[in-house]
Amino acid sequence: MSRMGNAITRRGFVTVVAAGLLATGLAACGNSDTGDDAGDGNGKIVLGFSQVGAESGWRTANTNSIKESAAAAGIELKFDDAQQKQENQIKAIRNFIQQKVDVIAFSPVVESGWDTVLKEAKDAGIPVILTDRSVDSADKSLYQTFIGSDFVKEGRLSGEWLVEQTKNATGPVNIVELQGTTGSAPANDRKKGFAEAIAANPNLKIIASQTGDFTRAGGKAVMEQFLKANPKIDVLFAHNDDMGLGALEAITAAGKVPGKDITIITIDAVKDGMQALADGRFNFIAECSPLLGDQLMELVKKVHAGESVPARVETEETTFTQEQAKAALPNRKY
Amino acid sequence: MSTGKSRLAAVTGHRLFWPVVVLVVLLAANAAYRPSFLAVEVKNGHLYGSLIDILRLSAPLVLVALGMSLVIATGGIDLSVGSVVAVSGAVACLHISERPDQNNVAGVLTALAVAFGIALLLGAWNGVLVSVIGIQPIIATLILMVAGRGLAQLVTSGQIITINSGPYRTIGVGHLLTLPFAIIVALAVTVALAVLTRRTALGMIIEAVGGNAEASRLAGIRSRRIIFLVYVVSAACAAVAGFMMTANVSSADGNAAGLWVELDAILAVVIGGTSLAGGRFFLSGTIVGALIIQTLTTSVYAMNISPQTALLFKAVVVIVVCLIQAPAFRARIRTRFRRRPATPVAPTVVEKQKEQVAA
Repeated sequence: MSRMGNAITRRGFVTVVAAGLLATGLAACGNSDTGDDAGDGNGKIVLGFSQVGAESGWRTANTNSIKESAAAAGIELKFDDAQQKQENQIKAIRNFIQQKVDVIAFSPVVESGWDTVLKEAKDAGIPVILTDRSVDSADKSLYQTFIGSDFVKEGRLSGEWLVEQTKNATGPVNIVELQGTTGSAPANDRKKGFAEAIAANPNLKIIASQTGDFTRAGGKAVMEQFLKANPKIDVLFAHNDDMGLGALEAITAAGKVPGKDITIITIDAVKDGMQALADGRFNFIAECSPLLGDQLMELVKKVHAGESVPARVETEETTFTQEQAKAALPNRKY
Repeated sequence: MSTGKSRLAAVTGHRLFWPVVVLVVLLAANAAYRPSFLAVEVKNGHLYGSLIDILRLSAPLVLVALGMSLVIATGGIDLSVGSVVAVSGAVACLHISERPDQNNVAGVLTALAVAFGIALLLGAWNGVLVSVIGIQPIIATLILMVAGRGLAQLVTSGQIITINSGPYRTIGVGHLLTLPFAIIVALAVTVALAVLTRRTALGMIIEAVGGNAEASRLAGIRSRRIIFLVYVVSAACAAVAGFMMTANVSSADGNAAGLWVELDAILAVVIGGTSLAGGRFFLSGTIVGALIIQTLTTSVYAMNISPQTALLFKAVVVIVVCLIQAPAFRARIRTRFRRRPATPVAPTVVEKQKEQVAA
């Protein structure tokens, strides 16, 4: 509903432009900390990193992981927060090039429009590593490697666990799915991976699938209607923990016991989700880990030394059952 | 027979007629798809069913849209309501999360009072920018729309604050007399606003200011004060909506809470027959508009329309509502289908009506 409103009037267009200008103005003030001169000859590798922003707890954990790992690995980190704006990120990368950092890494805000600035980095002889999100540049030589989660794999692991759990089921198993934001890469890929995995058992059937926009409120509102429209729901697959947490409330309100009457599978493993898993209200979580700092620093050292690295590096991730969640919960960082 | 015809014309000519027809058609379509859609049963002593869900989920939108109606009646617009929703919810949840006993009613009330106070300040900020400094409303409230969401994220430190507070949950999912508490709150605010604006001269004064602020000032109305007031009321409504939305999921999400609700609210106001030019407002129409919007959203889930086509489905319904709401469009359709000598008269009548409205 709301997205249509974007096109309501010309006033709306002015609004968007003005908002953009305002945000750019604010963001420009925050970039001054990257101004000092790098490569001061103390022998340390200098890494320039441009982060997307700080939009979620996941992202905050991602930032902290990179900062901590850089300090532990003895790498000097020039950190820049792009505040969700591509122009900030391009500006930051140009700053890094001028400062002659040794390696540049960044999580692209959007997929397209990076060719020019990546070419500049290449011409300056500075290797680039992409983290968490990819770019659509046709010329793969513009960056060394891409390290991040494999969303398809997360969906597949969730599906495989379900196939294993239901291998003795004789009748049909009804699954409802809460998708992430329509069109987003994690939503598309997780849906695809899950669907591929459950195809192994013809009893498993997705009877309803709707978007909950990755939010708790969305997950709850959708689940309320799923429960009313479908008398028999055996499994809920949610594309992230938050939608699953929202759905929990709807399931309880409908007089059912989450985790028992309805098996709940989610992805992410944020703190509240892990708590729900440890409490027995979720049944399985496939992790989408933001803690890629250590792996990133390894790659930074390798590309700085001129060693070859694989074009695609997957973040080290795992899955959690209820028992594993109980054991892991005290040590979780996010 | 002619009186029967004129009575029919009076009903179909009522500005609420077409929005209500659309609402009924939507509900009927749902019932045809799944007859149990209209069923309301009693579960654990509470009313339970899709219709109740629609009422409960539309409660926050109703509140925001009511405040928006008053702002639009003065010829203004308030884009910041979504951010006020996020800020008030975040402040309330943060306060509660810091308490040792989250179920303490006094503690929850304090949190609500603090959050409500901050929302009033934000409303006053908008009011001052528009009425005292004279900035165009769309720009003035845009500032808070952008900055407010940042403020909400600052309050929550970019995290989702989860709370476990029984009294606070009540606002979103509690029940009173078998009805969800949120519906009762929305009803109470509606009645209060209706009485204040329609049983006193306040409503007429607001419309006068919206019609012509300078003329109303010359007529003895303190138009600045009225304009200031409607922005504060709008923020107050948004704050209560913020409590409902965050209590619904027992957590405050600075990013997502109330996102784009300002656009839904403006749409609800427009569907309800209030002109964006200001000078008139219809609270009852706004409520029907909000119910249509929520029914649309719930229908998409209940009928399991694929997310890819859902936006198109909603767009088509909204365009249909807006078109049949427009007297000019209805007149044109009528002249197409009815080829009688009386035809040329119809458009001029409509034009006269339009002139009256514009005046």
